[in-house]
Amino acid sequence: MTAYEQLKIARHPKRITSRGVIKHVFPDFLELHGDRQFKDDLSIIGGIATFKGHTVTIIAQEKGVDTEDKIKHNFGMPHPEGYRKALRLMKQAEKFKRPIITFIDTPGAYPGVGAEARGQAQAIANNLKEMMGLKTPVIVVVLSEGGSGGALAIGVGDVILMFEHAIYSVLSPEGFASILYKDAKRAPEAAELMKITSNDLKEMNIIDDIIKEGPGLHENLEIGISQLSQHLEKQLESLTHKPMKRLLISRYEKFRKMGTILERTQNESTN
Amino acid sequence: MNFLDIHKRKLEGATKKRMDLDLQTPIEIPEGVFVQCSNCQAALYEKVLKKNQHVCPVCQNHFRIDAKTRLEYTVDENSFETLFEDLLSTNPLHMPGYEEKLIQAQKSSHINEAFVCGKATIVGYPCAIGILDSHFMMGSMGSVVGEKVTRLIEFSIKQNLPLIIFSASGGARMQEGILSLMQMAKTSAAIKHLDDAGGLFISVMTHPTTGGVAASFASLGDYHIAEMSSLIGFAGPRVIKQTIREELPEGFQTAEFQLQSGQVDIVLHRQDIRKTLFQLLKFHQKVLYDSL
Repeated sequence: MTAYEQLKIARHPKRITSRGVIKHVFPDFLELHGDRQFKDDLSIIGGIATFKGHTVTIIAQEKGVDTEDKIKHNFGMPHPEGYRKALRLMKQAEKFKRPIITFIDTPGAYPGVGAEARGQAQAIANNLKEMMGLKTPVIVVVLSEGGSGGALAIGVGDVILMFEHAIYSVLSPEGFASILYKDAKRAPEAAELMKITSNDLKEMNIIDDIIKEGPGLHENLEIGISQLSQHLEKQLESLTHKPMKRLLISRYEKFRKMGTILERTQNESTN
Repeated sequence: MNFLDIHKRKLEGATKKRMDLDLQTPIEIPEGVFVQCSNCQAALYEKVLKKNQHVCPVCQNHFRIDAKTRLEYTVDENSFETLFEDLLSTNPLHMPGYEEKLIQAQKSSHINEAFVCGKATIVGYPCAIGILDSHFMMGSMGSVVGEKVTRLIEFSIKQNLPLIIFSASGGARMQEGILSLMQMAKTSAAIKHLDDAGGLFISVMTHPTTGGVAASFASLGDYHIAEMSSLIGFAGPRVIKQTIREELPEGFQTAEFQLQSGQVDIVLHRQDIRKTLFQLLKFHQKVLYDSL
């Protein structure tokens, strides 16, 4: 399967969104609202649920399912208040010692006048910094589309899981093609070059594990959902038993290592 | 011959003279004497422009300057010692044309990568200082820029030195894909450690500070200084315009807009930045230097 075909599955209109996943995996989910500063941004939903003996906080980007719902959720494109709501709920989770599970599904942070005026860049940056220090385990799941900084803003954690047919990228292949080739229609080509599939990211050690989904969540939901549950159960078991200090050190080291550089030493070039 | 005829003849003469001119050879003006302001089109004597720290004396347009020039305007003479200069970019995704772009950027900018950093003093106060150079692939942040920024932050923690970073960047370097994106997390994580250690970070946003740089370390300073009339924001104006399908308000995403929006502490003319940095460092003298 080509990267572009993967992308099409990731954006398939019948593919389940975060709310659907939550319904299946966390039936007692209690949704909580608002950033306590400006408003409730529904492109990010959050709340508390129990899962296999753990009480957890869930934060998820929601794209919406039909037109009306999509508009309500702003197509999963958060404003700063969405990121601040997410952080508020994460701090709450830290206080009450609840592990956090986040679901990424966004084309990116919303590019708008209000979003800029209220500090989109600051909101994202602050989440990146604060998530690194959360004294509670954080599991990140890339559900379908991980688009740029807007995705990463809820994507810093101890374990990064990714659904088999999801994509995760620095910007959309359309955006990439329009910058590089000055032609958004060359997105299929760009998708290939950008290395955005779960296999690519596993190879680069950006993600820890791939959640198998068989033919795709849009065709068979059970496989993906049961795989997700198994992964979450396993990760929660191991992360909640890790001493907090060690957890934070390895979270830092995980991201500290990311990137490829060539370091010229006095002797010769090494990697 | 009446007045009109005389006038007509004169005009013809002038036209003929003009046609005699060799238009292929450009008129010789000694190189580097005059520079045109990109904003008000004023012809500026280069010496005057340099004396004015590359700010147009007519309209106050701040010209883009490279890292070397920025250091000249900011730190004490001969105080800068470069760090981590040996880190070089690779082409991890095997993106066609990326190596060539890097070589070209190195040749034209005379630096190895878009981030120049080291140790320096400002009016005698030592600090760790880093400068993103927009002349090198638009100051975009790939693995090496992210690594150098992180190392500089770690250096400032270890040495207990205040950290000053001048940003000028279009955002993440797309040629390195997801690895570039992760530099946002990496640099922000390092700032978290600096915070926990009680370190001081002054973020200076210059033209342009956008995308992944704006949405990571650049927005995590204890103090945010914006250079006058710089473009500062997350999404680029073109993308926003395409999304909302409306004209953008006047002055949108300028340093002054960010000041009004509460995103920066202070907007400064280039010539006032060194002075203000000195003032801030002085305010922190007791907590920072006395323990050294």
